[in-house]
Amino acid sequence: MATAEVSNTKTLKVQRFKPADNPTNTYLTDEKGVWAWMTTVDHKKIGIMYLVAVAIFFAVGGALALLLRTELMTPAKTFIEADTYNQLFTLHGAIMVFFVLVPSIPAALGNFIMPMQLGAKDVAFPKLNLASFYIYVAGAIFTFIALAQHGLDTGWTFYTPYSTESSSSVIWVTMGVFILGFSSILTGTNFITTIHKMRAPGITWGKLPLNVWALYATSIIQVLATPVLAITVLLLTMERWLGFGIFDPALGGDPVLFQHFFWFYSHPAVYIMIVPGFGIISEVISTFSKKTVFGYWAIALSSLAIAFIGFLVWGHHMFTSGQSAVATTVFSFLTFLVGIPTGIKIFNWIATLYKGSIKMDTPMIYVFIFLFLFSIGGFTGIMLGALSVDIHLHDTYYVVAHFHYVMMGGTLIALLAGLHFWWPKMTGKLYNEKLAKIASVFIFVGFNVTFLPQFVMGAQGMPRRYYNYVDQFTAFHQTSTIGSYLLGVGFLIILYYLMHSLFKGAKSPANPWGSRGLEWQATSPPDFHNFDHTPVVIHGPYDYHQPMEEFQLGLAVDTNGHDSETAKEVVDKEREQWKNYSLG
Amino acid sequence: MDRLFEFMLPEAKSPTADSTDALFHFINEVSLVLLIGITIALIYFAIKYRRRSEDDETPVITHNNTLEITWSVVPLLICFVIFGWGYTGWLNLKSVPDNAYEIQVTGFKWNWSVKYNNGAQTLNEIHVPVDRPVKIVLQSSDVLHSFFVPDYRVKHDVVPGRYTYVWFEANEVGESQVFCTEYCGTDHSDMLAKVIVHTEEDFQTWLEKNGGGVSGTPVEQGEQLVQLQGCTTCHSDDGSRLIGPSFKGLWGSEETLTDGSTVTVDENYLRESILNPGAKIVESYDNVMTPYEGRISDEEITNIIEYLKTLK
Ligand code: HEM
Ligand SMILES: [Cu+2]
Repeated sequence: MATAEVSNTKTLKVQRFKPADNPTNTYLTDEKGVWAWMTTVDHKKIGIMYLVAVAIFFAVGGALALLLRTELMTPAKTFIEADTYNQLFTLHGAIMVFFVLVPSIPAALGNFIMPMQLGAKDVAFPKLNLASFYIYVAGAIFTFIALAQHGLDTGWTFYTPYSTESSSSVIWVTMGVFILGFSSILTGTNFITTIHKMRAPGITWGKLPLNVWALYATSIIQVLATPVLAITVLLLTMERWLGFGIFDPALGGDPVLFQHFFWFYSHPAVYIMIVPGFGIISEVISTFSKKTVFGYWAIALSSLAIAFIGFLVWGHHMFTSGQSAVATTVFSFLTFLVGIPTGIKIFNWIATLYKGSIKMDTPMIYVFIFLFLFSIGGFTGIMLGALSVDIHLHDTYYVVAHFHYVMMGGTLIALLAGLHFWWPKMTGKLYNEKLAKIASVFIFVGFNVTFLPQFVMGAQGMPRRYYNYVDQFTAFHQTSTIGSYLLGVGFLIILYYLMHSLFKGAKSPANPWGSRGLEWQATSPPDFHNFDHTPVVIHGPYDYHQPMEEFQLGLAVDTNGHDSETAKEVVDKEREQWKNYSLG
Repeated sequence: MDRLFEFMLPEAKSPTADSTDALFHFINEVSLVLLIGITIALIYFAIKYRRRSEDDETPVITHNNTLEITWSVVPLLICFVIFGWGYTGWLNLKSVPDNAYEIQVTGFKWNWSVKYNNGAQTLNEIHVPVDRPVKIVLQSSDVLHSFFVPDYRVKHDVVPGRYTYVWFEANEVGESQVFCTEYCGTDHSDMLAKVIVHTEEDFQTWLEKNGGGVSGTPVEQGEQLVQLQGCTTCHSDDGSRLIGPSFKGLWGSEETLTDGSTVTVDENYLRESILNPGAKIVESYDNVMTPYEGRISDEEITNIIEYLKTLK
């Protein structure tokens, strides 16, 4: 890759490449057919395949959730048995965490968008990228085998010694998770390399889109934390299979050790899930307020801070477990430290809106929903970090509500923001804005009706993972169930209008939102090689005070079919701008 | 607003709950103020700065050190306060007063067995005196459980192979709910118990009456034991199918095992099924029963067998 600094290379010839609105050649018209898709190394197609897989898993996990909520309409048995209920909540959790949230933003949207934001033609290791996808599929197959056998009833946390003794198919699922982990590790490695090595001329670290910064931080966590999960499930498998005493006290092991191992991965994993969401929020909020992001470095570096401190707080899931008192104290303290960078981001995003030019299109609506719901998730996280209070709240519905506010209200809502934002880019089609807004109302209202009551009943003492409950909690459970149906309706509407858009939607222009992001300076849908020139970047990705033309520069080549101005004109103009421009 | 926050917690019935509750309210209040601020800012900005034309120009505001330091340092300080507060409250939960009355509680799938210092024994009922610190010493004979009494704001995991404890001081006569809060399988949500708080006098009378455990003829003792040991949670005495096979008509019958072989139910089979239930599993049932090895004496087993013989 060329490393020339555009601003001081007098001889570098750049010219403007305005993306055409009606591209005839796109990645969708190249390499058609099922086989071509399945063997493609194109990061965009792989991203789409992940998106489809994640959507299917989300539908399954969501259907399970509705069954769970329906069972909870009344205390004791409503329509399924206790053992079935225990299997359903386990699967719901495991699917949503491992198969939906972890891969959703990085592997699906990230795969599609991130190389384009770097002006690259693909990720650094395209074949490895495809391999990651198939490893993910293999992990999924193992999990489905478990379902076909005896299911899984340990909770997504696989706590020992229950999981050592359970008669369900624990080994199939742990092996599935083990395999899945490699997909995550390889994607992370691929992204880190891509971000270091494949940036287009002019994209310095200070001009990296915040989405890329977020994916960078995420990839670091993926690469460092996932192996620990792999080791943990491997040890568990060895204990079940070969009878090694590691975690089961009956075999001379220590059950609390398992929890340490598990959360050493799974706490960082919650940041694997949320940090990519942060990236999307930054992109969307700046585009829809046409304004430079406030505190670029604060947002970029706080992602890294979270990635690192996130490794040091796992013990806050174990305040009641019997871990040592010193550990408990230190973990509580560090938990508050990780809350701060999260709070800083929220303030920065709000400050970005100040004096902006705000357009409340669907992606922006989801950003607003995110800011509201995720704030609640963060505050309640602080609540749970406080030692004496957590003793009371641990393993109640309060915790259930907390992590749904951060994972669904945070990650999933961010995913929806990103999906609506980049949908025209990925498909070249527009969706029905009115229906999209209606759906967002269902999601927002449904979400709060489902999960707000859970805070209250949790604080009143309702434990989690309960099939039966004492009468006192009936009203809360019923409200929550009704909310979940509203959520279901919301997602069905989304499914409807997105499918409609795909097959019958109006064509989208190249850059329907007027974004300055580099990915928007390609056609929609993009060319097979993203850009048919090498983009050259002179401004930051959020410099809305600079004219659009200057975001469409590329190395001048002899053969180009696009309407270009003469190279010299562009260079001169650009140099004028450069003089009185400095990156904040 | 205070009403709402108070509604969120059950009435506090132990002195250590006060600090927990106060902190809960404090965090709620601070959060609510911040959340309202955030929401107002969002809505206000969305309206005030709504896009008027596609050519709108926006100012370049890259950062503002004063502002950013303020909104980093102020929350940090608040967090320090919360940490210290939570920490001291938690120290109280850990420091058991010297004069605490000790009760042994064992969790197993899916019951709580309770033993008092004079040999009295109960199942899923923890009798305690009012206004006196009580230390509950916890152990598990199978998987993880967790002992949670919302009214006292105490909770601790019950871990196989080690002792853990909670303490409280019930401040009024009455009952408080106990939940198991660590997932432990099929009947996790029915693994409930009650703390029953007596006046000091009543408590002493109760203790004396129940001291020495079970009494009567061997059959009578056996009948009390299947209750106390939690057998009846999974085995009915009327022939209905629960988690395990019914006791009715069990004696002398022929059972088909999972490996297809059959056994006749005699003393030795019953004894083995109590001490090491996993050895022979009756067809169509799961291996979920907790072994009673180490938790039951030979004499108690004999009495239980005598009782089972009477269930025709
Ligand atoms: C301000 C940031 C946050 C803080 C201070 C925080 C704090 C905590 C604490 C202390 C717990 C343990 C509660 C208990 O088990 O008693 C917890 C649970 C949890 N949190 Fe957070 N959290 C934060 C953000 C997040 C985010 C961003 C996610 C995910 C995207 C997340 C996901 C979870 C999950 C999944 C659990 C429960 C896991 C389980 O037991 O199944 N949290 N959080
Ligand atoms: Cu955590």
